[in-house]
Amino acid sequence: MKTEATPIPSRRFWALLAGGALIVLAGLVAARFMEEHGHVVTGMNNQIVWGTPHVFAIFLIVAASGVLNVASVGSVFGETAYKPQAPLSGLLCLALLAGGLTVLMLDLGRPERVIVAATHYNFTSVFAWNMFLYSGMAAIVAVYLWTLMERRMGRWSRAAGIAAFSWRIILTSGTGSIFAFLVARQAYGTAVLVPLFLAMSFAWGLAAFLVAQRVLYRWSGLELPAEIRARMHNLLGLFVVAMLFFVLIYHLTNAYFAKQLPFERFILRDGGVYPHLFWWGYVVAGSLVPLVLIWRPGAARAGGTLAAPLLVIVGAFALLYVFIIGGQAFPLDLFPGYATTSRFGDGQVRAYAPSLPEIALGLGGVGIAFLITLVGVRALDFLPQASPAAPRGAAGGAD
Amino acid sequence: MGPASAGRRAAQLHRPPEGGPTWAALLTRLLTIAATALSAGAIAADMGAVTRVPLPRIEAGAGERCVEATAYMRRNHMEVLKHHRDETVRDGIRTTQHSLANCITCHAGRKTGRVTGSDGFCSSCHSYAGVALDCFECHADRPAPAMAATKP
Amino acid sequence: MSVDLDRRKFLWDSAALAGIALAPGITLYDLAQGRAPEIPAPKGVRWGLLVDMNRCEPGCDACVTACDSENGLPGGKRPTDAQWIRKIELKDVRGRVRSLPMMCQHCAHPPCVDVCPTGASFKRADGIVLVDRHTCIGCRYCMMACPYGARSFVHEPVTDQKPEVPRGKGCVESCTLCVHRIDRDRIPACVEACATAGHKALLFGDLSDPQSEISQRIAAVATTQVRADLRLDPGVRYAGL
Repeated sequence: MKTEATPIPSRRFWALLAGGALIVLAGLVAARFMEEHGHVVTGMNNQIVWGTPHVFAIFLIVAASGVLNVASVGSVFGETAYKPQAPLSGLLCLALLAGGLTVLMLDLGRPERVIVAATHYNFTSVFAWNMFLYSGMAAIVAVYLWTLMERRMGRWSRAAGIAAFSWRIILTSGTGSIFAFLVARQAYGTAVLVPLFLAMSFAWGLAAFLVAQRVLYRWSGLELPAEIRARMHNLLGLFVVAMLFFVLIYHLTNAYFAKQLPFERFILRDGGVYPHLFWWGYVVAGSLVPLVLIWRPGAARAGGTLAAPLLVIVGAFALLYVFIIGGQAFPLDLFPGYATTSRFGDGQVRAYAPSLPEIALGLGGVGIAFLITLVGVRALDFLPQASPAAPRGAAGGAD
Repeated sequence: MGPASAGRRAAQLHRPPEGGPTWAALLTRLLTIAATALSAGAIAADMGAVTRVPLPRIEAGAGERCVEATAYMRRNHMEVLKHHRDETVRDGIRTTQHSLANCITCHAGRKTGRVTGSDGFCSSCHSYAGVALDCFECHADRPAPAMAATKP
Repeated sequence: MSVDLDRRKFLWDSAALAGIALAPGITLYDLAQGRAPEIPAPKGVRWGLLVDMNRCEPGCDACVTACDSENGLPGGKRPTDAQWIRKIELKDVRGRVRSLPMMCQHCAHPPCVDVCPTGASFKRADGIVLVDRHTCIGCRYCMMACPYGARSFVHEPVTDQKPEVPRGKGCVESCTLCVHRIDRDRIPACVEACATAGHKALLFGDLSDPQSEISQRIAAVATTQVRADLRLDPGVRYAGL
């Protein structure tokens, strides 16, 4: 079917823009509030040093690198059926990256010192490398978009796509390394976190893309053929399985080390909110239910639902909350074999509750991603002019 | 469309609308208005009219004179402090001539005992010049009791 | 006269030569007696602490109180309050209770220095691990990386700081080994307070100097480092752990 694209109706566009701007404004107000009064107004403390803003920020950044995969499948791996979707994929990458980085920068203890961070580098730190990786990502995606959308540059799109794909693999590995390089805490300090974060980026990026694409297409009168939708949902199912696999071997390996067992018991069984979020939030709602929705009989014909990717995103937040905050809540093991107590919380699980400024800041980052996507789609041709055609053969390939 | 007709068409596109001012004329008009307003304000200030931001009242520090010439300090005190802070923190060099603590010892206000506040030595100039003063979020703005110079 | 000029020149030259020959000796003498302010922290020194757990009394927190008052810390117990040194009570399986002070261990291979993106967390030439608060952006990555939980983040605006110890909102901080006292040839406040309280459980000294009291004690008595398996080589050692 070849339906022509119509721009988002004006009234709806302005209403959405206003709504997004309000959310962003709330996030900025929260950031200013945190900056002025200090982090005492949040739920963070000296043991739980990274809180809800980091959960949002890491989701946005990991999803940003993964959402580019749709474009890469078209440019790098030659699946021409995906090529009309590539510009939106690039725009979403920039938008999610901008949202995530804004939240990270505004959560700093001294956000006005971002200039210092940009001029002083300690290259043994992954954070310092990330400065280049993230800004380089934005530049490379911008160039990649240019090759996709400017007809005369089209012949460079494969090279740009390969560069973008390689860069994003390095970037996601860098994000996983942030935690993999930490020897101090029992939740981190393991190399499997790098492929786990890669699997997360594949799954969450595709989930974010499916949600954004479906909503934007519906608003613009476009429709993706059921075959392509089914294939993308199938791919999402594969990525969710891959992520489950890495989570499984992470916990299984930990359980084999006697010194890691108390931590595993805490995260998986005894830790209160953390096991609940892990099992019900991530495993059931975020992985098993989407898999059933994707692979139930007749799902392929129906072309996939919006519920599956949405649930994957819910599971993402649950997993990140358990990983980041649960990992910090468990006490450091300074004196194995002893029970420790102190007035600084040694030996005890530290309580944490997300505070309103933190949630507002995190949502503000999502709002920034939303606004950039909305305005970008309205201003430039990120959406295809007409609904993409169904692929002709089993291997796909309608031009 | 040949090159000549393309050029003609381009010229047609770039011709300003009939009867209205050109962009150049509009810009010139805007700049003239702005310049007039600014110079009027400057003349008013020169004539001693009330300025919006109060001029700083700088209290002379204790002792005979500063460790460097006043003109030099006005221009370079931020570089002096920045250089010295890195020496002190990173290398452990604790000479007093350019140390912030030593500055505060002499320049702390006689009544308030601080260099911050509306008439503080540091704050009054910085708020007049509109330059953010970050130092005293961490540094004490009062002299250490042991280092206090004998005040008259 | 040429002869007089030569003699004068000879006298000046030999005085200069003598000065150059004596200077290292004078410097060493200064190290032993107190460093001149323009001399940077020396490289051949490594400051460390020895904690004797047999002398550390459960329930006593003289070191904590002294550190709080020396450095202008709030001394509070909220999870957001900074604590540079804390007393940890250990109970083993048989129920025996002991205690020890835990502070920044001033590792030779500090993970906090590795992960700091701006290089604000650094190790000085004499082994003290510090935070340069001019460069710290408050990202708290070092707090995630520290295996001892030694670092604190300043969660609130700070006023009335001690002039020797600048500290403020939004930066990370930890035990400085009282660097402002060490540079003026004094010992850390916690060590002094423990001695004043009569326990003498803390000993401060130069680990690089085999003749120092701390080196001799370490050579004589069994000592360990906390989380020694991480091979960070902390400058703080514990006897009787």
